[in-house]
Amino acid sequence: MRDVAVIGVGMIKFGRYPEKTVPELAAQAILLALKDAGATMKDIELMTSGNLYQSNAMIGQRILQVIGQTGIPIINVANACATGSTAFREAYMSVASGAYDMALAVGSEQMGKMGLLGGGGGGGDPAYSTEGVLGSGLMPAVFGMAGVEHMRKYGTTQEQFAKVSVKNHKHSMHNPYSQYQTEVGLEDVLNARVVSWPNTLYMCCPTGDGAAAAIVCSMDKARQFTTKPIRIAASVLTSDPWTQRDLTMPDINTLTRNAAKEAYEKAGITPEDLDLIELHDCFATAEILHYENLGICGEGEAGRMIDEGATTVGGKIPVNASGGLLSKGHPLGATGVANVCEVVWHLRGEAGNRQVEGAKVGLAHVIGLGSACTIQVLEK
Amino acid sequence: MAEAPTAEKPQEKTQKPIVPFLRIPADGGKPYLQGSRCKDCGATYLGGRMACSKCFSTEPMEDIKLSDKGELHVFSIVHQSAPGVPTPYVAAIVDLPEGVSVRCNIAGVEPDPQNLKFGMPVQMTTETIRTDREGNDVVAFSFRPA
Ligand SMILES: [Zn+2]
Repeated sequence: MRDVAVIGVGMIKFGRYPEKTVPELAAQAILLALKDAGATMKDIELMTSGNLYQSNAMIGQRILQVIGQTGIPIINVANACATGSTAFREAYMSVASGAYDMALAVGSEQMGKMGLLGGGGGGGDPAYSTEGVLGSGLMPAVFGMAGVEHMRKYGTTQEQFAKVSVKNHKHSMHNPYSQYQTEVGLEDVLNARVVSWPNTLYMCCPTGDGAAAAIVCSMDKARQFTTKPIRIAASVLTSDPWTQRDLTMPDINTLTRNAAKEAYEKAGITPEDLDLIELHDCFATAEILHYENLGICGEGEAGRMIDEGATTVGGKIPVNASGGLLSKGHPLGATGVANVCEVVWHLRGEAGNRQVEGAKVGLAHVIGLGSACTIQVLEK
Repeated sequence: MAEAPTAEKPQEKTQKPIVPFLRIPADGGKPYLQGSRCKDCGATYLGGRMACSKCFSTEPMEDIKLSDKGELHVFSIVHQSAPGVPTPYVAAIVDLPEGVSVRCNIAGVEPDPQNLKFGMPVQMTTETIRTDREGNDVVAFSFRPA
Protein backbone atom coordinates (compact mmCIF):
# COMPACT_ATOMS: atom_id res chain seq x y z
CA MET A 1 0.00 0.00 0.00
CA ARG A 2 1.33 3.45 -0.85
CA ASP A 3 0.90 6.81 0.89
CA VAL A 4 -2.36 8.63 0.18
CA ALA A 5 -3.34 12.21 1.02
CA VAL A 6 -6.54 14.17 1.27
CA ILE A 7 -6.07 17.16 -1.02
CA GLY A 8 -9.52 18.70 -1.04
CA VAL A 9 -12.61 18.75 1.16
CA GLY A 10 -15.98 20.43 1.06
CA MET A 11 -19.32 20.26 2.78
CA ILE A 12 -22.57 22.16 2.93
CA LYS A 13 -24.11 23.36 6.17
CA PHE A 14 -26.21 20.50 7.50
CA GLY A 15 -29.90 21.34 7.82
CA ARG A 16 -33.15 20.90 5.98
CA TYR A 17 -33.30 21.42 2.24
CA PRO A 18 -36.71 20.14 1.14
CA GLU A 19 -36.54 22.19 -2.07
CA LYS A 20 -33.29 20.54 -3.21
CA THR A 21 -32.66 17.09 -4.65
CA VAL A 22 -30.00 14.80 -3.20
CA PRO A 23 -27.83 15.06 -6.36
CA GLU A 24 -27.94 18.85 -5.98
CA LEU A 25 -26.82 18.68 -2.34
CA ALA A 26 -24.03 16.22 -3.14
CA ALA A 27 -22.93 18.19 -6.20
CA GLN A 28 -22.48 21.34 -4.11
CA ALA A 29 -20.16 19.51 -1.75
CA ILE A 30 -18.18 17.96 -4.61
CA LEU A 31 -17.71 21.30 -6.35
CA LEU A 32 -16.43 22.79 -3.08
CA ALA A 33 -13.98 19.90 -2.63
CA LEU A 34 -12.76 20.14 -6.23
CA LYS A 35 -12.22 23.88 -5.86
CA ASP A 36 -10.41 23.30 -2.58
CA ALA A 37 -8.09 20.83 -4.34
CA GLY A 38 -7.65 22.95 -7.42
CA ALA A 39 -8.91 20.03 -9.49
CA THR A 40 -11.78 19.30 -11.86
CA MET A 41 -13.92 16.25 -12.56
CA LYS A 42 -11.48 15.41 -15.37
CA ASP A 43 -8.84 14.63 -12.73
CA ILE A 44 -11.07 12.17 -10.86
CA GLU A 45 -10.54 8.53 -11.80
CA LEU A 46 -13.06 6.86 -9.47
CA MET A 47 -15.93 7.97 -7.27
CA THR A 48 -17.46 6.36 -4.21
CA SER A 49 -20.86 7.61 -3.13
CA GLY A 50 -22.18 7.02 0.38
CA ASN A 51 -25.94 7.33 0.75
CA LEU A 52 -28.06 5.05 2.89
CA TYR A 53 -31.54 5.57 1.50
CA GLN A 54 -30.79 5.95 -2.21
CA SER A 55 -27.91 3.58 -2.84
CA ASN A 56 -30.38 1.19 -4.43
CA ALA A 57 -31.27 3.92 -6.93
CA MET A 58 -27.87 4.70 -8.47
CA ILE A 59 -27.47 7.92 -6.54
CA GLY A 60 -23.76 8.20 -7.40
CA GLN A 61 -24.48 8.18 -11.13
CA ARG A 62 -27.29 10.70 -10.69
CA ILE A 63 -24.90 13.01 -8.83
CA LEU A 64 -22.44 12.98 -11.73
CA GLN A 65 -25.27 13.65 -14.18
CA VAL A 66 -25.50 17.05 -12.45
CA ILE A 67 -21.81 17.96 -12.59
CA GLY A 68 -19.98 15.92 -15.17
CA GLN A 69 -20.20 12.44 -16.65
CA THR A 70 -16.70 11.26 -17.37
CA GLY A 71 -17.52 7.56 -17.48
CA ILE A 72 -15.44 6.68 -14.42
CA PRO A 73 -16.27 3.76 -12.14
CA ILE A 74 -18.81 4.70 -9.47
CA ILE A 75 -19.37 2.61 -6.35
CA ASN A 76 -22.60 3.13 -4.42
CA VAL A 77 -22.06 2.40 -0.74
CA ALA A 78 -24.51 1.67 2.09
CA ASN A 79 -23.27 0.71 5.57
CA ALA A 80 -25.73 2.18 8.09
CA CYS A 81 -24.33 5.25 9.86
CA ALA A 82 -20.86 4.26 8.63
CA THR A 83 -22.00 4.71 5.02
CA GLY A 84 -20.03 7.89 4.27
CA SER A 85 -16.92 6.77 6.11
CA THR A 86 -16.98 3.42 4.30
CA ALA A 87 -17.21 5.30 1.01
CA PHE A 88 -14.19 7.37 2.06
CA ARG A 89 -12.29 4.22 2.92
CA GLU A 90 -13.11 2.64 -0.46
CA ALA A 91 -11.76 5.74 -2.22
CA TYR A 92 -8.63 5.54 -0.06
CA MET A 93 -8.19 1.82 -0.80
CA SER A 94 -8.51 2.32 -4.54
CA VAL A 95 -5.64 4.84 -4.48
CA ALA A 96 -3.52 3.12 -1.82
CA SER A 97 -3.61 -0.07 -3.88
CA GLY A 98 -2.07 1.77 -6.83
CA ALA A 99 -5.05 1.10 -9.08
CA TYR A 100 -5.94 4.80 -9.32
CA ASP A 101 -4.12 8.06 -8.58
CA MET A 102 -7.06 10.23 -7.61
CA ALA A 103 -10.50 9.39 -6.26
CA LEU A 104 -13.50 11.26 -4.92
CA ALA A 105 -15.62 10.23 -1.95
CA VAL A 106 -18.97 11.91 -1.49
CA GLY A 107 -21.51 11.34 1.26
CA SER A 108 -25.06 12.62 1.08
CA GLU A 109 -28.45 12.13 2.68
CA GLN A 110 -31.83 13.76 2.73
CA MET A 111 -33.72 12.64 5.80
CA GLY A 112 -36.15 15.50 6.25
CA LYS A 113 -37.93 14.91 9.52
CA MET A 114 -38.13 11.12 9.28
CA GLY A 115 -36.16 10.82 12.47
CA LEU A 116 -33.93 8.06 13.64
CA LEU A 117 -37.13 6.16 14.16
CA GLY A 118 -37.47 5.69 10.42
CA GLY A 119 -36.58 2.45 8.74
CA GLY A 120 -37.63 -0.96 9.98
CA GLY A 121 -40.98 -2.09 8.67
CA GLY A 122 -40.83 -4.41 5.71
CA GLY A 123 -43.47 -6.80 4.53
CA GLY A 124 -45.52 -9.25 6.53
CA ASP A 125 -48.34 -8.97 9.02
CA PRO A 126 -47.97 -5.90 11.26
CA ALA A 127 -49.42 -7.95 14.12
CA TYR A 128 -45.97 -9.53 14.44
CA SER A 129 -44.11 -6.26 14.96
CA THR A 130 -42.01 -6.61 18.09
CA GLU A 131 -41.27 -2.92 18.66
CA GLY A 132 -42.35 -1.93 22.14
CA VAL A 133 -43.52 -5.48 22.80
CA LEU A 134 -40.16 -7.22 23.03
CA GLY A 135 -38.13 -4.19 24.07
CA SER A 136 -36.80 -1.95 21.34
CA GLY A 137 -34.36 -2.28 18.47
CA LEU A 138 -34.57 1.43 17.70
CA MET A 139 -31.43 3.48 18.13
CA PRO A 140 -32.58 5.69 21.03
CA ALA A 141 -33.25 2.64 23.20
CA VAL A 142 -30.13 0.80 22.05
CA PHE A 143 -27.89 3.72 22.99
CA GLY A 144 -29.91 4.37 26.14
CA MET A 145 -29.19 0.81 27.29
CA ALA A 146 -25.53 1.08 26.26
CA GLY A 147 -25.25 4.12 28.53
CA VAL A 148 -27.06 2.33 31.34
CA GLU A 149 -24.56 -0.50 31.03
CA HIS A 150 -21.77 2.04 31.69
CA MET A 151 -23.74 3.30 34.70
CA ARG A 152 -23.99 -0.26 35.95
CA LYS A 153 -20.26 -0.93 35.53
CA TYR A 154 -18.81 2.36 36.75
CA GLY A 155 -21.54 4.40 38.43
CA THR A 156 -21.61 6.95 35.62
CA THR A 157 -24.46 9.43 36.10
CA GLN A 158 -27.09 10.91 33.82
CA GLU A 159 -25.54 14.29 34.60
CA GLN A 160 -22.18 13.18 33.22
CA PHE A 161 -23.82 12.02 30.00
CA ALA A 162 -25.67 15.35 29.85
CA LYS A 163 -22.37 17.24 30.06
CA VAL A 164 -21.43 15.78 26.67
CA SER A 165 -24.41 17.56 25.18
CA VAL A 166 -23.49 20.84 26.91
CA LYS A 167 -19.91 20.62 25.61
CA ASN A 168 -20.81 19.74 22.03
CA HIS A 169 -23.49 22.40 21.80
CA LYS A 170 -20.95 24.93 23.08
CA HIS A 171 -18.48 23.86 20.39
CA SER A 172 -21.14 24.21 17.68
CA MET A 173 -21.39 27.95 18.32
CA HIS A 174 -18.19 28.33 16.29
CA ASN A 175 -19.06 25.97 13.44
CA PRO A 176 -20.90 27.59 10.52
CA TYR A 177 -21.57 24.11 9.04
CA SER A 178 -23.51 22.97 12.10
CA GLN A 179 -27.25 22.37 11.78
CA TYR A 180 -27.77 23.87 15.23
CA GLN A 181 -25.57 26.56 16.74
CA THR A 182 -27.29 26.91 20.07
CA GLU A 183 -25.77 26.83 23.52
CA VAL A 184 -27.62 24.75 26.13
CA GLY A 185 -27.05 24.62 29.88
CA LEU A 186 -26.85 21.48 32.00
CA GLU A 187 -30.28 22.13 33.49
CA ASP A 188 -31.76 22.65 30.02
CA VAL A 189 -30.42 19.26 28.97
CA LEU A 190 -31.55 17.42 32.09
CA ASN A 191 -35.00 19.04 32.07
CA ALA A 192 -35.68 18.43 28.38
CA ARG A 193 -38.17 15.69 27.57
CA VAL A 194 -36.83 12.18 27.82
CA VAL A 195 -36.49 10.32 24.52
CA SER A 196 -35.06 7.10 25.91
CA TRP A 197 -33.69 7.32 29.43
CA PRO A 198 -31.05 8.44 30.25
CA ASN A 199 -30.96 10.42 26.98
CA THR A 200 -33.14 13.53 26.76
CA LEU A 201 -33.93 15.43 23.58
CA TYR A 202 -30.68 17.45 23.64
CA MET A 203 -28.72 14.23 24.10
CA CYS A 204 -29.95 12.82 20.77
CA CYS A 205 -28.62 13.97 17.40
CA PRO A 206 -31.07 15.73 15.12
CA THR A 207 -31.91 14.36 11.70
CA GLY A 208 -31.56 16.42 8.57
CA ASP A 209 -30.04 16.78 5.15
CA GLY A 210 -26.43 17.26 4.17
CA ALA A 211 -23.51 16.42 1.94
CA ALA A 212 -19.74 16.33 2.21
CA ALA A 213 -16.94 15.38 -0.17
CA ALA A 214 -13.24 14.59 -0.02
CA ILE A 215 -10.65 14.12 -2.73
CA VAL A 216 -7.89 11.61 -2.10
CA CYS A 217 -4.71 11.39 -4.13
CA SER A 218 -1.46 9.47 -4.13
CA MET A 219 1.13 11.37 -2.08
CA ASP A 220 3.43 11.47 -5.13
CA LYS A 221 0.87 13.38 -7.14
CA ALA A 222 -0.59 15.41 -4.26
CA ARG A 223 2.18 18.01 -4.38
CA GLN A 224 1.01 19.05 -7.84
CA PHE A 225 -2.21 20.25 -6.25
CA THR A 226 -1.47 21.45 -2.74
CA THR A 227 1.22 22.51 -0.33
CA LYS A 228 -0.82 21.09 2.55
CA PRO A 229 -1.53 17.42 1.79
CA ILE A 230 -3.09 15.62 4.75
CA ARG A 231 -1.77 12.07 4.97
CA ILE A 232 -4.17 9.21 5.66
CA ALA A 233 -2.12 7.34 8.25
CA ALA A 234 -4.76 4.65 8.76
CA SER A 235 -8.20 3.81 7.41
CA VAL A 236 -9.87 0.90 9.16
CA LEU A 237 -13.22 -0.86 8.89
CA THR A 238 -14.45 -3.53 11.28
CA SER A 239 -17.68 -5.46 11.84
CA ASP A 240 -19.05 -6.92 15.05
CA PRO A 241 -17.23 -10.03 16.22
CA TRP A 242 -19.00 -12.63 18.35
CA THR A 243 -19.61 -11.39 21.86
CA GLN A 244 -21.97 -12.81 24.43
CA ARG A 245 -24.79 -10.27 24.09
CA ASP A 246 -24.11 -8.87 20.64
CA LEU A 247 -27.17 -10.30 18.96
CA THR A 248 -29.64 -8.89 21.45
CA MET A 249 -27.73 -5.81 22.55
CA PRO A 250 -25.48 -4.50 19.76
CA ASP A 251 -21.98 -4.37 21.20
CA ILE A 252 -20.85 -0.90 20.17
CA ASN A 253 -17.71 -1.20 22.27
CA THR A 254 -15.86 -4.23 20.95
CA LEU A 255 -15.84 -3.31 17.28
CA THR A 256 -14.66 0.23 18.10
CA ARG A 257 -11.88 -1.18 20.29
CA ASN A 258 -10.83 -3.54 17.51
CA ALA A 259 -10.83 -0.71 14.99
CA ALA A 260 -8.86 1.60 17.31
CA LYS A 261 -6.21 -1.02 17.98
CA GLU A 262 -5.75 -1.67 14.28
CA ALA A 263 -5.73 2.06 13.43
CA TYR A 264 -3.11 2.92 16.06
CA GLU A 265 -0.92 0.05 14.89
CA LYS A 266 -1.19 1.03 11.23
CA ALA A 267 -0.54 4.71 11.97
CA GLY A 268 2.28 3.85 14.37
CA ILE A 269 0.82 6.05 17.10
CA THR A 270 -0.75 5.77 20.55
CA PRO A 271 -3.86 7.61 21.74
CA GLU A 272 -1.55 10.12 23.47
CA ASP A 273 -0.36 11.29 20.05
CA LEU A 274 -3.84 12.50 19.03
CA ASP A 275 -4.54 16.23 19.01
CA LEU A 276 -8.26 16.01 18.24
CA ILE A 277 -11.03 13.47 17.74
CA GLU A 278 -14.31 13.59 15.87
CA LEU A 279 -16.27 10.63 17.19
CA HIS A 280 -19.74 9.23 16.71
CA ASP A 281 -21.86 10.97 19.35
CA CYS A 282 -25.21 9.96 17.86
CA PHE A 283 -26.37 10.01 21.49
CA ALA A 284 -24.61 11.62 24.45
CA THR A 285 -24.20 8.23 26.11
CA ALA A 286 -22.16 6.96 23.14
CA GLU A 287 -19.49 9.65 23.45
CA ILE A 288 -18.66 8.62 27.01
CA LEU A 289 -18.24 4.96 26.01
CA HIS A 290 -15.97 5.87 23.12
CA TYR A 291 -13.48 7.76 25.34
CA GLU A 292 -12.61 4.37 26.78
CA ASN A 293 -13.07 2.49 23.51
CA LEU A 294 -10.59 4.80 21.77
CA GLY A 295 -8.20 4.55 24.70
CA ILE A 296 -8.00 8.27 25.53
CA CYS A 297 -8.67 7.36 29.16
CA GLY A 298 -8.60 4.25 31.29
CA GLU A 299 -11.52 1.91 31.99
CA GLY A 300 -14.22 3.64 34.00
CA GLU A 301 -12.55 7.05 33.75
CA ALA A 302 -14.71 8.58 31.02
CA GLY A 303 -17.15 10.16 33.45
CA ARG A 304 -14.32 11.92 35.22
CA MET A 305 -12.89 13.01 31.89
CA ILE A 306 -16.04 14.91 30.96
CA ASP A 307 -16.27 16.35 34.49
CA GLU A 308 -12.74 17.74 34.17
CA GLY A 309 -13.34 19.31 30.77
CA ALA A 310 -10.50 17.35 29.21
CA THR A 311 -12.41 16.90 25.95
CA THR A 312 -13.45 20.53 25.51
CA VAL A 313 -11.54 22.63 22.96
CA GLY A 314 -8.62 23.97 24.99
CA GLY A 315 -8.54 20.79 27.06
CA LYS A 316 -6.16 17.84 26.93
CA ILE A 317 -7.80 16.08 23.96
CA PRO A 318 -10.65 17.98 22.30
CA VAL A 319 -13.50 15.76 21.16
CA ASN A 320 -16.08 16.90 18.60
CA ALA A 321 -14.85 20.45 18.14
CA SER A 322 -17.37 20.61 15.28
CA GLY A 323 -20.27 20.32 17.71
CA GLY A 324 -20.51 16.61 17.04
CA LEU A 325 -23.52 14.84 15.65
CA LEU A 326 -25.50 16.25 18.57
CA SER A 327 -25.31 19.77 17.10
CA LYS A 328 -23.85 19.46 13.64
CA GLY A 329 -26.49 16.93 12.63
CA HIS A 330 -26.34 13.39 11.30
CA PRO A 331 -27.45 13.04 7.68
CA LEU A 332 -26.43 9.37 7.68
CA GLY A 333 -24.49 9.06 4.42
CA ALA A 334 -22.80 12.45 4.80
CA THR A 335 -21.60 12.07 8.40
CA GLY A 336 -18.47 10.00 7.84
CA VAL A 337 -17.13 12.26 5.10
CA ALA A 338 -18.03 15.40 7.07
CA ASN A 339 -15.94 14.37 10.05
CA VAL A 340 -12.96 13.84 7.71
CA CYS A 341 -13.53 17.41 6.44
CA GLU A 342 -13.51 18.70 10.02
CA VAL A 343 -10.26 16.95 10.95
CA VAL A 344 -8.61 18.15 7.72
CA TRP A 345 -9.54 21.77 8.47
CA HIS A 346 -8.00 21.55 11.93
CA LEU A 347 -4.80 19.96 10.63
CA ARG A 348 -4.48 22.72 8.05
CA GLY A 349 -5.20 25.40 10.67
CA GLU A 350 -8.36 26.48 8.83
CA ALA A 351 -11.02 25.75 11.48
CA GLY A 352 -11.66 29.35 12.47
CA ASN A 353 -12.80 30.07 16.02
CA ARG A 354 -13.06 26.38 16.89
CA GLN A 355 -9.47 25.65 15.80
CA VAL A 356 -7.56 23.17 17.94
CA GLU A 357 -4.25 25.00 18.07
CA GLY A 358 -1.23 23.21 16.65
CA ALA A 359 -3.15 20.06 15.70
CA LYS A 360 -0.91 17.57 13.88
CA VAL A 361 -2.78 14.24 14.22
CA GLY A 362 -6.54 13.75 14.22
CA LEU A 363 -8.91 10.80 14.35
CA ALA A 364 -12.36 10.43 12.79
CA HIS A 365 -14.59 7.65 14.12
CA VAL A 366 -17.99 6.41 12.96
CA ILE A 367 -20.11 3.51 14.05
CA GLY A 368 -23.06 2.07 12.17
CA LEU A 369 -25.28 -0.45 13.87
CA GLY A 370 -25.67 -3.86 12.75
CA SER A 371 -22.58 -3.25 13.02
CA ALA A 372 -19.75 -1.41 11.23
CA CYS A 373 -17.01 0.81 12.63
CA THR A 374 -14.59 3.00 10.71
CA ILE A 375 -11.61 4.92 12.00
CA GLN A 376 -9.50 7.25 9.90
CA VAL A 377 -6.26 8.66 11.31
CA LEU A 378 -5.12 11.80 9.51
CA GLU A 379 -1.73 13.50 9.83
CA LYS A 380 -0.37 16.85 8.83
CA MET B 1 -57.01 -28.43 20.90
CA ALA B 2 -59.30 -31.42 21.43
CA GLU B 3 -62.77 -30.14 20.64
CA ALA B 4 -65.97 -32.02 20.05
CA PRO B 5 -66.23 -32.89 16.38
CA THR B 6 -68.86 -30.98 14.44
CA ALA B 7 -70.48 -31.64 11.12
CA GLU B 8 -68.51 -28.95 9.34
CA LYS B 9 -65.22 -28.12 10.95
CA PRO B 10 -64.73 -24.32 11.13
CA GLN B 11 -61.34 -22.77 10.38
CA GLU B 12 -59.57 -23.19 13.68
CA LYS B 13 -57.95 -20.17 15.23
CA THR B 14 -54.58 -20.91 16.74
CA GLN B 15 -52.08 -19.27 19.01
CA LYS B 16 -49.05 -17.98 17.16
CA PRO B 17 -45.86 -16.77 18.79
CA ILE B 18 -44.66 -13.25 17.95
CA VAL B 19 -41.17 -14.62 17.27
CA PRO B 20 -40.15 -18.12 16.20
CA PHE B 21 -38.04 -18.77 19.31
CA LEU B 22 -41.06 -18.44 21.58
CA ARG B 23 -42.42 -21.99 21.67
CA ILE B 24 -46.03 -22.75 22.57
CA PRO B 25 -46.40 -26.47 23.33
CA ALA B 26 -49.30 -28.07 21.49
CA ASP B 27 -50.27 -29.99 24.64
CA GLY B 28 -51.15 -26.76 26.47
CA GLY B 29 -47.89 -26.71 28.42
CA LYS B 30 -46.23 -23.49 29.50
CA PRO B 31 -44.68 -21.48 26.66
CA TYR B 32 -40.90 -21.20 26.77
CA LEU B 33 -37.97 -19.63 24.94
CA GLN B 34 -36.04 -21.98 22.69
CA GLY B 35 -32.30 -21.80 22.36
CA SER B 36 -29.51 -23.71 20.74
CA ARG B 37 -26.11 -24.64 22.05
CA CYS B 38 -22.97 -25.28 20.05
CA LYS B 39 -21.76 -28.80 20.76
CA ASP B 40 -18.17 -27.77 20.11
CA CYS B 41 -17.65 -24.56 22.10
CA GLY B 42 -20.78 -24.31 24.25
CA ALA B 43 -21.85 -20.90 22.93
CA THR B 44 -25.59 -20.60 23.49
CA TYR B 45 -28.00 -18.72 21.28
CA LEU B 46 -31.55 -17.49 21.43
CA GLY B 47 -33.29 -19.34 18.61
CA GLY B 48 -31.47 -21.35 15.96
CA ARG B 49 -28.30 -20.77 13.95
CA MET B 50 -26.96 -22.10 10.65
CA ALA B 51 -23.52 -22.42 12.25
CA CYS B 52 -21.82 -21.22 15.40
CA SER B 53 -20.86 -17.55 15.05
CA LYS B 54 -18.31 -17.93 17.84
CA CYS B 55 -16.33 -21.00 16.69
CA PHE B 56 -17.83 -21.53 13.18
CA SER B 57 -18.73 -25.16 13.89
CA THR B 58 -21.26 -26.44 11.38
CA GLU B 59 -22.29 -29.42 13.50
CA PRO B 60 -26.03 -29.42 14.28
CA MET B 61 -26.65 -27.58 17.53
CA GLU B 62 -28.29 -28.92 20.63
CA ASP B 63 -31.86 -27.67 20.96
CA ILE B 64 -32.45 -26.40 24.49
CA LYS B 65 -35.37 -25.13 26.52
CA LEU B 66 -34.29 -21.87 28.17
CA SER B 67 -35.10 -20.98 31.74
CA ASP B 68 -38.05 -18.68 32.39
CA LYS B 69 -36.16 -16.97 35.21
CA GLY B 70 -33.38 -14.47 34.69
CA GLU B 71 -31.74 -11.28 35.88
CA LEU B 72 -32.13 -7.73 34.67
CA HIS B 73 -28.91 -6.68 32.95
CA VAL B 74 -29.72 -3.17 31.66
CA PHE B 75 -32.77 -1.15 30.67
CA SER B 76 -33.98 2.10 29.19
CA ILE B 77 -37.26 3.91 29.63
CA VAL B 78 -38.54 4.54 26.13
CA HIS B 79 -40.65 7.69 25.82
CA GLN B 80 -40.54 8.03 22.04
CA SER B 81 -40.92 5.10 19.68
CA ALA B 82 -42.27 4.11 16.29
CA PRO B 83 -45.71 5.45 15.29
CA GLY B 84 -48.49 3.54 17.03
CA VAL B 85 -46.31 2.08 19.77
CA PRO B 86 -47.65 3.05 23.21
CA THR B 87 -45.07 4.76 25.46
CA PRO B 88 -43.51 4.96 27.97
CA TYR B 89 -42.30 1.42 28.47
CA VAL B 90 -39.29 -0.34 29.91
CA ALA B 91 -37.00 -1.82 27.25
CA ALA B 92 -34.50 -4.22 28.76
CA ILE B 93 -31.91 -6.91 28.34
CA VAL B 94 -32.41 -9.92 30.59
CA ASP B 95 -29.70 -12.52 31.17
CA LEU B 96 -30.76 -16.16 31.47
CA PRO B 97 -28.74 -18.74 33.42
CA GLU B 98 -27.91 -20.63 30.20
CA GLY B 99 -25.69 -17.70 29.13
CA VAL B 100 -28.22 -16.20 26.74
CA SER B 101 -29.48 -12.64 26.87
CA VAL B 102 -32.94 -11.64 25.72
CA ARG B 103 -34.28 -8.32 24.51
CA CYS B 104 -37.64 -7.71 26.14
CA ASN B 105 -39.99 -5.40 27.99
CA ILE B 106 -40.21 -5.36 31.77
CA ALA B 107 -43.88 -5.46 32.72
CA GLY B 108 -45.47 -5.07 36.11
CA VAL B 109 -43.51 -1.96 37.16
CA GLU B 110 -44.10 1.74 36.63
CA PRO B 111 -41.65 2.84 33.91
CA ASP B 112 -39.31 4.78 36.20
CA PRO B 113 -35.57 4.11 36.62
CA GLN B 114 -36.02 3.99 40.39
CA ASN B 115 -38.09 0.83 40.12
CA LEU B 116 -35.42 -1.10 38.26
CA LYS B 117 -32.36 -2.58 39.92
CA PHE B 118 -29.40 -4.11 38.15
CA GLY B 119 -29.40 -7.85 38.67
CA MET B 120 -32.94 -8.00 39.99
CA PRO B 121 -34.63 -11.37 39.46
CA VAL B 122 -37.29 -11.47 36.78
CA GLN B 123 -39.65 -14.11 35.48
CA MET B 124 -41.09 -14.61 32.02
CA THR B 125 -44.80 -14.51 31.36
CA THR B 126 -46.76 -14.67 28.14
CA GLU B 127 -50.00 -13.14 26.98
CA THR B 128 -52.09 -12.68 23.87
CA ILE B 129 -51.42 -9.16 22.66
CA ARG B 130 -53.49 -8.94 19.46
CA THR B 131 -54.84 -10.95 16.57
CA ASP B 132 -53.26 -11.22 13.15
CA ARG B 133 -54.90 -10.81 9.71
CA GLU B 134 -56.12 -14.38 9.78
CA GLY B 135 -57.63 -14.02 13.23
CA ASN B 136 -54.97 -16.01 15.08
CA ASP B 137 -53.98 -14.96 18.59
CA VAL B 138 -50.51 -13.42 18.65
CA VAL B 139 -48.68 -14.43 21.80
CA ALA B 140 -45.79 -12.36 23.18
CA PHE B 141 -43.57 -12.71 26.21
CA SER B 142 -42.35 -10.21 28.75
CA PHE B 143 -40.48 -10.36 32.02
CA ARG B 144 -41.68 -9.03 35.34
CA PRO B 145 -40.12 -8.78 38.80
CA ALA B 146 -40.02 -12.28 40.30
ZN1 LIG C 1 -19.22 -22.94 18.73
